[in-house]
Amino acid sequence: MLRCPRQFTGWMLAPVFLIICALPLIAATDEATYAVERKALLAEIQRDAAATADSTGRSRFNARVIGAMDTVPRHRFVPAGNADSAYANRPLPIGHGQTISQPYIVALMTELLEPKSDDVILEVGTGSGYQAAVLAQLVARVYTLEIIEPLAESASARLEQLGYRNIQVKLGDGYYGWPEHAPYDGIIVTAAANSIPPPLIQQLKPGGRMVIPVGAPFHTQDLILLRKDAQGKVSTTSVLPVAFVPLTRRR
Amino acid sequence: MARREQALLALSIALLAGAALAYQVLLFRLLAIVQWHTFAATIISLALLGHGAAGTALALAGRRLLPRFSAAFATGASLFAVAVPICWAVAQRLPFNGLELVWNPAQLGWLAGLFLLLSLPFFFAACCFGLAFMHARERIAALYAADLLGAGLGAALATGLLFLLPAGGALRAVAVAGAVAAALQSGPKITRLALPALAVISALLLPHSWLAPRITEFKGLPRTLGIMGAEVEAEYSSPYGLLTIIRNETIPFRHAPGRSLAATSEPPAQLAVFTDGDSMTAMSVYDGRLESLAWLDQTTSALPYHLISRPRVLVLGAGGGADVQLALYHEAREIHAVELNPTMLELLRAWLDEPRVQLHPGEARGFARTDRRRYDLIQVPPLDSYGGSGAGAQAMAESFPYTVEALADYYARLAPGGLLALTSWEKQPPREGLKLFATAVEALRVLGVEPRNHLALIRGWQTSTLLVKSGALTAADIGRLRAFCDSRGFDPTWFPGIEPDEVNRRHRLPRPWLYEGAVALLGDDAESFLADYKFHIVPATDDRPYFFHFFRWPLLPELIKLRGQGGLTLLDTGYLVLVGTLVVAVPLSLLLILTPLAVLRRPQPDMARLRPGIYFLCLGLAFLFVEIACMQRYGLFVGHPLFATVAVLAGFLVFAGAGSFVASRVRNRARTLRWAVAGIVVLLLLQTVALPPPPGIFESTTTRVIVTLALVAPLAFLMGMPFPLGLSRLAGEAPAFIPWAWGINGCASVLSALLAALLAVHLGFGAVLVMAAGLYALAVVNWPE
Repeated sequence: MLRCPRQFTGWMLAPVFLIICALPLIAATDEATYAVERKALLAEIQRDAAATADSTGRSRFNARVIGAMDTVPRHRFVPAGNADSAYANRPLPIGHGQTISQPYIVALMTELLEPKSDDVILEVGTGSGYQAAVLAQLVARVYTLEIIEPLAESASARLEQLGYRNIQVKLGDGYYGWPEHAPYDGIIVTAAANSIPPPLIQQLKPGGRMVIPVGAPFHTQDLILLRKDAQGKVSTTSVLPVAFVPLTRRR
Repeated sequence: MARREQALLALSIALLAGAALAYQVLLFRLLAIVQWHTFAATIISLALLGHGAAGTALALAGRRLLPRFSAAFATGASLFAVAVPICWAVAQRLPFNGLELVWNPAQLGWLAGLFLLLSLPFFFAACCFGLAFMHARERIAALYAADLLGAGLGAALATGLLFLLPAGGALRAVAVAGAVAAALQSGPKITRLALPALAVISALLLPHSWLAPRITEFKGLPRTLGIMGAEVEAEYSSPYGLLTIIRNETIPFRHAPGRSLAATSEPPAQLAVFTDGDSMTAMSVYDGRLESLAWLDQTTSALPYHLISRPRVLVLGAGGGADVQLALYHEAREIHAVELNPTMLELLRAWLDEPRVQLHPGEARGFARTDRRRYDLIQVPPLDSYGGSGAGAQAMAESFPYTVEALADYYARLAPGGLLALTSWEKQPPREGLKLFATAVEALRVLGVEPRNHLALIRGWQTSTLLVKSGALTAADIGRLRAFCDSRGFDPTWFPGIEPDEVNRRHRLPRPWLYEGAVALLGDDAESFLADYKFHIVPATDDRPYFFHFFRWPLLPELIKLRGQGGLTLLDTGYLVLVGTLVVAVPLSLLLILTPLAVLRRPQPDMARLRPGIYFLCLGLAFLFVEIACMQRYGLFVGHPLFATVAVLAGFLVFAGAGSFVASRVRNRARTLRWAVAGIVVLLLLQTVALPPPPGIFESTTTRVIVTLALVAPLAFLMGMPFPLGLSRLAGEAPAFIPWAWGINGCASVLSALLAALLAVHLGFGAVLVMAAGLYALAVVNWPE
């Protein structure tokens, strides 16, 4: 074994050569390819939804949610360098220490909000704007707040360029919500929160739902679903996105 | 060789050795700041890669360089001086992100790049040492002494330098020392001095922003700084950590982890304090009115104050002072708070000017063992930040405050009827909360207390708080606990006599796993529950102090299968990064240390060379097993991981060096080896059962460092002997195999440092030391003379 390397140096360059040759092909990936990848991703998400029925309480995601995700070009929401991974079912970095959530988690969060076509939704933590774009297909209006200035600007420009007319992006403190448009049918707090701001709960309509993903960047482990009943009473549940039981089966 | 020339060479070597060790010490600090894991083993491993590769390079080209020794030495030292700041500046700009490793195995490539770049300065320095020893064979004793003395001083000076300079800036001093070492060998000619001069200029002119740590954007500090309105109020750098204080008047922090959803008041103005760019705590403004602290009473940590009134309180880990303020709010009779970082302590002293509060510098374990007061309440806040804990980033960090022995020590400080309260982050499925419960059960059993009636556990949506009472919990206690939970929307999770229908009412979980776990851990089948739980929640001990390590290998295939649903997020990234480092270190060390020797075309390892091969392999593995295990074990005794690491690193280098020097002059080789190895085995077993001493027995850190040096010295001295004894035997029996012996030993060392850390997590330090003893014995038995 120790004698080999000198003979093999030439061959070892072969994969590098192949990758260099393939670069133009990768660059040429066009919208049609993305559409195919997106369909495959959504099929995968539906399979995962069936597998996680026990923990999420829904055996498949609403066709409207999946339909909405099918119309949003996720590759336009990720940094150019990561466009090839846009339809991989994984979170991606978008700069400033922020991430765009794993598509399955986006689908689940959207699903948990139970969006209806005349709903008004507040999002705290715009990020890339992807979640807002998905919601915009499903509801009447989406108001979204971002506290990181460059992200607010780029998301706003991107959403405008893509023609989303029912989304408003504002740079500002999420703590006090956006009282001008309150109350909301649904609120989604995607900014990692170390407390749930009371003003947000106040701005939720009776019967409304709030979804809060919890965890570190790249590591959303748990979703908190807050519901306000018709009498205004608040209750919370933890929804585990993954079909995982912490004990081995023999117990 | 002229006397003056000899003295100059000795001085150059001492300077360069000091600079190399100082660079290593600075890396411990720098990597802890820019990445998560404060992981010493990785840095030791990459330093050894540089040394190993240098050994191989000299075996191939050393003879050709000897005729131009001075120029070669000066070039090597100058390259070291250039590489120290530049490699750091480039390495920290690589897009390596440990958190992304679970999603993207391509991150391993960046990890390899980081490893390789940081090892480059060690390569240049080691080339110089090796060349000098070849050049001045007859004066090797003096040079060796200079090398060791320089290294020891370098480690001590670098640690001292960290009190004066930020670690990034201190790299310049290291580079200048390297360049001076080069200049001393360059001779007086101006043209020859150009290279060292260039190195000095490049080190001094590099902009601060290149060297200052660029903290990974996913840590808390950069994320907080990205928020509009955030500005750095102050920054304090010391060996204890980099403290950064952030003010934001535009968007206040409102840091109130785990606060009840029923709370409506807004937390007061706060400053955020980050240690090494993460682990945020908040310093909240207190205007002297108790009502202004009421917001703190809405967290699970406030529970104990509703069971006892006006207690004497001990807070272990004062941080930003939230637990001290909570004690103030409840009008505690006396408040003592311990804080490890002296800078943090000074900040708190200025911030909380209250006569009832006594702040104590020091580490929790040592304080709990030496303090003679009894407390009605001991509060232990969460050790890690929510984010860091969520991603398992600290899985490989020793956490001595959360071991079975720690809880037993704290319990011993309670007054009759007193409470120990431990708060941890609540996650689904439960990990920390359950492991803490298991640890408390075990600690009480060790103390001979039947735990059932002494424990109570509640949870909110983000934190859980465990109470351990000295004495049985009463019906009145439980009534107050229920009332506390009722008014704040928290769920009782365990107390004696709890009903299953009251554990999952408010913040509803898919299953009440924490409650079910608590019941199982108190029942007869606790052992099988721990074995069947998919995360590692067996209590941490001082021998295996990895509280945040939850990963078990059988979990991996299941979570990979579930990655589409985010299953991978349940893995501990800190552990995976270490495994990843081992994965990249294997090919790198084979490629750079062993493979190039194939060109020597002299006898290569075959069956006849198997025995010496195994001998040097065993020595490489065993030496680093011992060094790493001692570094981590002595952390508790010394009281701070950095000081323990530096003391053990310098101690092993100097005393093992002395041992190998003595061994190279003995007459009866075989007998010396037998006695040395017998001594090593005995001392290792002694280290395993009787050392290190308990924490807190010496007041000053300096004394503890000196005691540590003294305790590892005899072991290190003997451990320095087998390697040169083996080499001198090879010199007679098979001289052509010598470069291979160096190479095999080098590769083994690179991998062993990482392997030792992984084994310690699974088996404990004691087991690693016993394995090292076995490897030493095997080395001798396998190649008898």
